[in-house]
Amino acid sequence: MKRLRRTMLFVPGNNPGMIQSASVLGADSVILDLEDAVSLSEKDSARKLVTKALRSWSFKTTEVTVRINPITTVYGPLDLEAMLEVQPDILLIPKAEVASIQEVEARISAYEAAKLGGEAVRTKLFALIESAAGVEHVHEILASSPRLVGVLFGGEDYTSDMGVARTMGGMEIEYARNKVAVACKVHGVDAVDTPFTDVDNHEGLLADARKAKAMGFTGKAAINPRQVGIIHKGFAPDPVEVRYALRVLEAMEEAEAEGKGVFSLDGKMVDAPIIQRARQMVALAEKLGMVKGSTASKDTKNANDSLEGGLV
Amino acid sequence: MRVTRTAKAGTLESNDIFIMVSPSEAEGVTLELQSIVLAQFGRQIRETILRTVAARGVTQISILAQDRGALDYTIEARVETALDRALAEPGVIL
Repeated sequence: MKRLRRTMLFVPGNNPGMIQSASVLGADSVILDLEDAVSLSEKDSARKLVTKALRSWSFKTTEVTVRINPITTVYGPLDLEAMLEVQPDILLIPKAEVASIQEVEARISAYEAAKLGGEAVRTKLFALIESAAGVEHVHEILASSPRLVGVLFGGEDYTSDMGVARTMGGMEIEYARNKVAVACKVHGVDAVDTPFTDVDNHEGLLADARKAKAMGFTGKAAINPRQVGIIHKGFAPDPVEVRYALRVLEAMEEAEAEGKGVFSLDGKMVDAPIIQRARQMVALAEKLGMVKGSTASKDTKNANDSLEGGLV
Repeated sequence: MRVTRTAKAGTLESNDIFIMVSPSEAEGVTLELQSIVLAQFGRQIRETILRTVAARGVTQISILAQDRGALDYTIEARVETALDRALAEPGVIL
């Protein structure tokens, strides 16, 4: 199962204290930000600090993403060149459109040919889609580089581009969110939802995270460490659903043993999509430590028994 | 190589170090270091600063360093940034 990215936490790239503590804040991924969090006069300073941190500092198991400046600015190519020297896990490309991703892809390929003898860098890409054009061309964007492993949807810039107000209800970004989530599913990459900017509204954040999960997003960006746990809660599988998924797999094993191709559970026919969803649900629950045992070992009975009160 | 312009980098926030480099009339490297951990790590901080300056080939410079508990890589980053700024051709974007 691929890496979890329930949370991607923005950390200012020119703040040594926050960079040092980034790996203990609980986020699945941290985004060391060279763009909006850094003033124009400090771009060089932040780039140098992040480069040094990536060379010297251990972020332990936390995935490290770096948001570079737009490749169309004077800072973008300088950021990209510096980051390729230290190869973070992910580069987040802002203002993503087909041309900007193609430009980044071409520059990385040229770097690999010139500096690495054709060997591939380990760094993957995330597209930050935050414009009307970006949303409309999300499929083309995702097809423009094989290094892309996800999209982060930026609702603030998107609504600014659309010239519409940002509201708590989020009706104005609903279409874009749906389109991004579906496109990411089609291309087999992660879909990470826009940050919730009211950092003191924890209930609103939880509801927004649950909404994003229901839409098909795999995670949500965070702009404050206090948001991380709430987002994880919003994206956690429902214990009731996990228990049902375990029962589906248990019933499937029994049906297989009896040579049945089709079976029912609680009076309802269980077919392939339900089994697939159950497998995904149990795999996620196992990864999050909600259940013990493994579906791979066909030990769903034990796994079901271990789901005490929903959590172990 | 000598520095001909004054330049700064870093801040006085926790875990950071403020570096100001400026031209020096005297030969050699002059370093004034203030730190909240001077007694414990003063020698190490001084060595890191001097090593970073030497690596850039700068031999005549005056440095003021105000440390707020920066790690080695932060010290290196701030010193290098200050040197880059002091040595850059006018108009070059860093």
